[in-house]
Amino acid sequence: MGAGHAHRLYRPGHSPVHALPPHCKLAATFGFVLVVVSTPREAVWAFGLYALLLAGVAAVARIPAGLLLRRLLIEIPFVAFAVLMPFVAEGERVEVLGMSLSVSGLWGAWNVLAKGTLGVAASVLLASTTELRALLLGLQRLRLPPLLVQIASFMIRYGDVIGDELRRMSVARRSRGFEASGIRHWGVLAKTAGALFIRSYERGERVYLAMVSRGYAGSMPVIDEAVATRGQWAYAAVLPVTALAVCLMGWTL
Amino acid sequence: MTATPALTPSLEVAGLAYAYPDGHQALYGVDLSVGRGERVALLGPNGAGKTTLVLHLNGILAGGVGSVAVAGLPVEKRNLAEIRRRVGIVFQDPDDQLFMPTVREDVAFGPAAAGMRGAELEERVGAALDQVGMADFADRPPHHLSFGQRRRVAVATVLAMRPEILVLDEPSSNLDPASRRELADILRSLDVTVLMVTHDLPYALELCPRSVILSEGVIAADGRTQDLLCDEKLMRAHRLELPFGFDPRSVSVA
Ligand SMILES: Nc1ncnc2c1ncn2[C@@H]1O[C@H](COP(=O)(O)OP(=O)(O)O)[C@@H](O)[C@H]1O
Ligand SMILES: [Mg+2]
Repeated sequence: MGAGHAHRLYRPGHSPVHALPPHCKLAATFGFVLVVVSTPREAVWAFGLYALLLAGVAAVARIPAGLLLRRLLIEIPFVAFAVLMPFVAEGERVEVLGMSLSVSGLWGAWNVLAKGTLGVAASVLLASTTELRALLLGLQRLRLPPLLVQIASFMIRYGDVIGDELRRMSVARRSRGFEASGIRHWGVLAKTAGALFIRSYERGERVYLAMVSRGYAGSMPVIDEAVATRGQWAYAAVLPVTALAVCLMGWTL
Repeated sequence: MTATPALTPSLEVAGLAYAYPDGHQALYGVDLSVGRGERVALLGPNGAGKTTLVLHLNGILAGGVGSVAVAGLPVEKRNLAEIRRRVGIVFQDPDDQLFMPTVREDVAFGPAAAGMRGAELEERVGAALDQVGMADFADRPPHHLSFGQRRRVAVATVLAMRPEILVLDEPSSNLDPASRRELADILRSLDVTVLMVTHDLPYALELCPRSVILSEGVIAADGRTQDLLCDEKLMRAHRLELPFGFDPRSVSVA
């Protein structure tokens, strides 16, 4: 029970990228994505350079290319959307392999694909080199509303507890001869969900009592403060700043 | 026990009565004094008001009559922060007690809430985990620990606040015999006042020289644990039953 708790995207390591403070990495990733999104889609070569930049980061972080590519698969729904665009979009059309495709649709598809892939790849790199816990600390450091960070950290802590509870309830149901096999049984499942909600709510109350008993007064105490040196900021800034240079070239050329 | 000079007791409860908002009266005038360094078991049948009493000790429940003082400091709204530092409550389910993503952060929570930071905090956390023998697990998520380990970490989370009094709600529940003994060893090794709510009468006898019986909202008996457990009439009157084959007379307590 409770196996596979640690988030599956993280790949432990000791590379310079792993060692960067989480808020530096978050800011760098965010900056990079912003730059990519604001690059004109016609500057095709610029996207090639961005991809090279990310490949460089992956090399420094010692993330194997195969792993990175496999994790990019979560992008498939967007790809499907992009592939449809040239067929459905309006406007000027070109003939490719005997099919009539929309020119603006082609550009649109390229835009979505290129920017989407780069954004997802950057996020995958971030997630592979940063523990979930550290990500939260980084978000906290970047002044994300503390309530959001608290909610997210409770989700990490209690995800498995609630999962186990759900599993126990399911075992109890099946032990009494119940198998959910169709629409007729949805009522039972809905009741399970209701019971789970009540249990979670009651647990929430008990957890709150335990927190108050240890001095909680509305805000989470700062236990680990993510700190970054100027050198670390500069190191993390290499990615977005280089990308920005590429982007500016893309606008001027 | 040696008669200590008249130090301020760790806990002083006087005439405490309380009714829940729905009108159900749970406590009818409880008087209890626990001296510094004492280990006292709070026994009583289900529904006797034990948890209600515990929640008064750090001011989570209030508003009835009577008074509670911890090391001389009255439990009142303006003292609550200090009271909650002085009273360390270990709740029954460690999954409720351990709400942070890692053991270390959980143990740090109390002292950090009191404003402690940096090396001092680190040192405090390390010491508390050492006391319960869990120092090697600092960076693990609580969910990956066994139940007995989680209970020990739960004890560490309140030890880190250096409390005046440690209050444990059913500390031996759900523990296998080995974990139960390990916890007993830990509790015995601590130099702190302990109030232990329990149904586990052999455990009370093993750990607490003195016991009080709470029944129907009042303290029905207060004395040496062995004397109380040997008083069959008293035990039966308050629905307290010894486990099969256990004879408190046959145990020699220090
Ligand atoms: N939130 C509540 N509202 C109303 N009555 C309660 C509440 N909690 C407990 N009680 C009642 O108060 C009495 C004492 O409860 P409790 O202190 O939990 O007993 P114990 O911990 O000794 O089993 C019980 O009769 C219980 O039903
Ligand atoms: Mg209770």
